[in-house]
Amino acid sequence: MKTTAIARIGAHPLDEYLRTDRLPHIWCPGCGLGMILGTVLRAIDKSRLDIDRTTIVSGIGCTGRAAGYVKLDSFHVTHGRALPFATGLKLANPNLKVVVFSGDGDLAAIGGNHLIHAARRNIDMTVICVNNFIYGMTGGQLGPTTPEMGRTTTSRKGNTEKPFNIPYLVGAAGATYVARWTTAHVRQMERTFIEALQKKGFSLVEVISPCPTYYGRMNEQATGLDQMRYYRYNSVVKHFANLADVDISLDGQIIVGKFIDIDRPYLPAPKGENGK
Amino acid sequence: MSSTGQISGEFFLSGDEACAEGALAAGCRFFAGYPITPATEIAEHMSDRLPEVGGTYIQMEDELASMAAVLGASWGGLKAMTATSGPGFSLMMENIGLGLMLETPCVVVNMQRAGPSTGLPTMTGQGDMMQARWGSHGPYSIIALSPASPQELFDLTIKAFNLSEKYRLPVLVMSEESIGHMYEKVTIPTREKINITPRRKPNVPPQEYLPYVPDDDLVPPMAIAGEGYRFHVTGLTHDERGYPIMTAEAQDKLVRRLVDKIEKNRNAIIEVEEDGIKGADVVVCSYGISARVATVAIQRARALGIRVGMFRLITVWPFPVERVREIAKNIKAFVVPEINYGQMALEVERAAAGRAKTILIPHMGGAVHDPETILDAIKQAVK
Ligand SMILES: Cc1ncc(C[n+]2csc(CCOP(=O)(O)OP(=O)(O)O)c2C)c(N)n1
Ligand code: SF4
Repeated sequence: MKTTAIARIGAHPLDEYLRTDRLPHIWCPGCGLGMILGTVLRAIDKSRLDIDRTTIVSGIGCTGRAAGYVKLDSFHVTHGRALPFATGLKLANPNLKVVVFSGDGDLAAIGGNHLIHAARRNIDMTVICVNNFIYGMTGGQLGPTTPEMGRTTTSRKGNTEKPFNIPYLVGAAGATYVARWTTAHVRQMERTFIEALQKKGFSLVEVISPCPTYYGRMNEQATGLDQMRYYRYNSVVKHFANLADVDISLDGQIIVGKFIDIDRPYLPAPKGENGK
Repeated sequence: MSSTGQISGEFFLSGDEACAEGALAAGCRFFAGYPITPATEIAEHMSDRLPEVGGTYIQMEDELASMAAVLGASWGGLKAMTATSGPGFSLMMENIGLGLMLETPCVVVNMQRAGPSTGLPTMTGQGDMMQARWGSHGPYSIIALSPASPQELFDLTIKAFNLSEKYRLPVLVMSEESIGHMYEKVTIPTREKINITPRRKPNVPPQEYLPYVPDDDLVPPMAIAGEGYRFHVTGLTHDERGYPIMTAEAQDKLVRRLVDKIEKNRNAIIEVEEDGIKGADVVVCSYGISARVATVAIQRARALGIRVGMFRLITVWPFPVERVREIAKNIKAFVVPEINYGQMALEVERAAAGRAKTILIPHMGGAVHDPETILDAIKQAVK
């Protein structure tokens, strides 16, 4: 039987999964991305996935840099196109475990059309959508998830648009597994990633994550710690909540938990089905 | 049809169908596309035929997704293709660039129609020739082929797959509505008679594999996902490990190689057809459907005693600069009919470098040239 990397002594438990020669990473102090990536890798480790067949696809953004740090077959593609690239990859080789790790702007703005269609087709993949409410990589502009009245460099007086409620969106489009946590829920997040990785069909986990450099600084949560504290005191766990009610506002509650866990036919169809 | 779904023999096929059959014969097992006239029949044919050969067809939500899925499928280990026309070709540009940067073998077919914009959706054009060369951002070189019959659509689609594997890049088949919708006899050889270039696999164990260490011909072997190589590839400028390196030096090294792997292998890549060039006073240089129309004008000119040669681009990119320059030394003029306002004519002019005149015969699209206009230009040229 395969021993998990964590059982091994010596190097950092996750070294087997990291391109250690590429560290330190580019992420800012207080950013949530390192924590989320670490949790994904622990979940992969604990899931005992065949590591040679596990691939990560990222689009462009701070979050998108994740693909470059993992020692898996990993693809850092164009802005917004991680999902269709991953769709081709998975359909070409159904034996691959395909994980998409990307930002809310990448997945829900420029890639928004692909998001709903990948969920509709129920492509067998796991999407980790890091939602920091802003475009980090380009310096803090308005994103598709910026809460109403949220300040960004292109909405200095506060956002006047209604943001996407990502779980509601992908749930309506047909995803089979949808959950949301914040970086203040590392253990829950890990358990959820493990479940999502086992799930057949399109699974998406939204992780609310601090971007102290832009979102925090412009919205009175100047440090990563302030943002973590906010998540801690304002998150409410409501499994299978009515998704119409999980909108996120500037200073309201963040409803977290597992929202959808259903089964329906997925692509690529398992061998023996659909004439294959 | 054989048990593996392969067909051979003589068929009456449209160019679109011939293109799809060429792809299948070349080993294409993945097609992602979005319907658009006049390329839709390629998708339709692939959706029927791919399941018969154990392949996968998927209709994506748009051409951005189609191109991305084709790249993903190629890294998943399959030979992959998409087919589109002008508006969709525009949408594919960014990911064609990603394909060039990641060095991803695949084939993109553009059944050109008359543009700009929606233009004349069901009518012919050749207006995307420069877009094929320069449509994605950044400096690069590319390979594009131009078939002049359904048979050639079959043959050149196979060739496009072979070139894409040999040089590891998206190869473009730049055809036109006229050929795509033309029905002619197409001979499909038996499988053994078809030359197929396999993927260049790594020749070192996974621990030693670096994704971008090139062979002598400047092309690196390619690992695919799921085989234990655990590689990283990125659209960012990268080094031989595939790691992003944000310096002008890394950019110079990488982009120079990406361009050189095509330009230094030009002679092996370029294919043209010539007829009656020796002793000619004027040469008609054309491609695709326009080259077919031009043959009528050439015959009429010859019947009038004019010494006129024919030079047909089969490979349009890279452009056969050296050969055109050589021909230019001995003739008065090139006559270049094309269904646009002058695109490949600019290349002819550049290559001729003043040694011979270049006479463009433009056509804005929606129809092919009247051979008489080409004949008139030939007569003018020898005056
Ligand atoms: C086609 C295209 N448009 C714009 C950009 C510039 N760009 C890079 S990252 C990014 C936004 C990233 O935001 P998000 O996906 O939320 O990720 P984050 O950086 O916040 O992690 C943009 C607009 C680009 N790279 N490509
Ligand atoms: S800009 Fe924001 S999202 Fe990007 S690394 Fe810094 S803190 Fe993280």
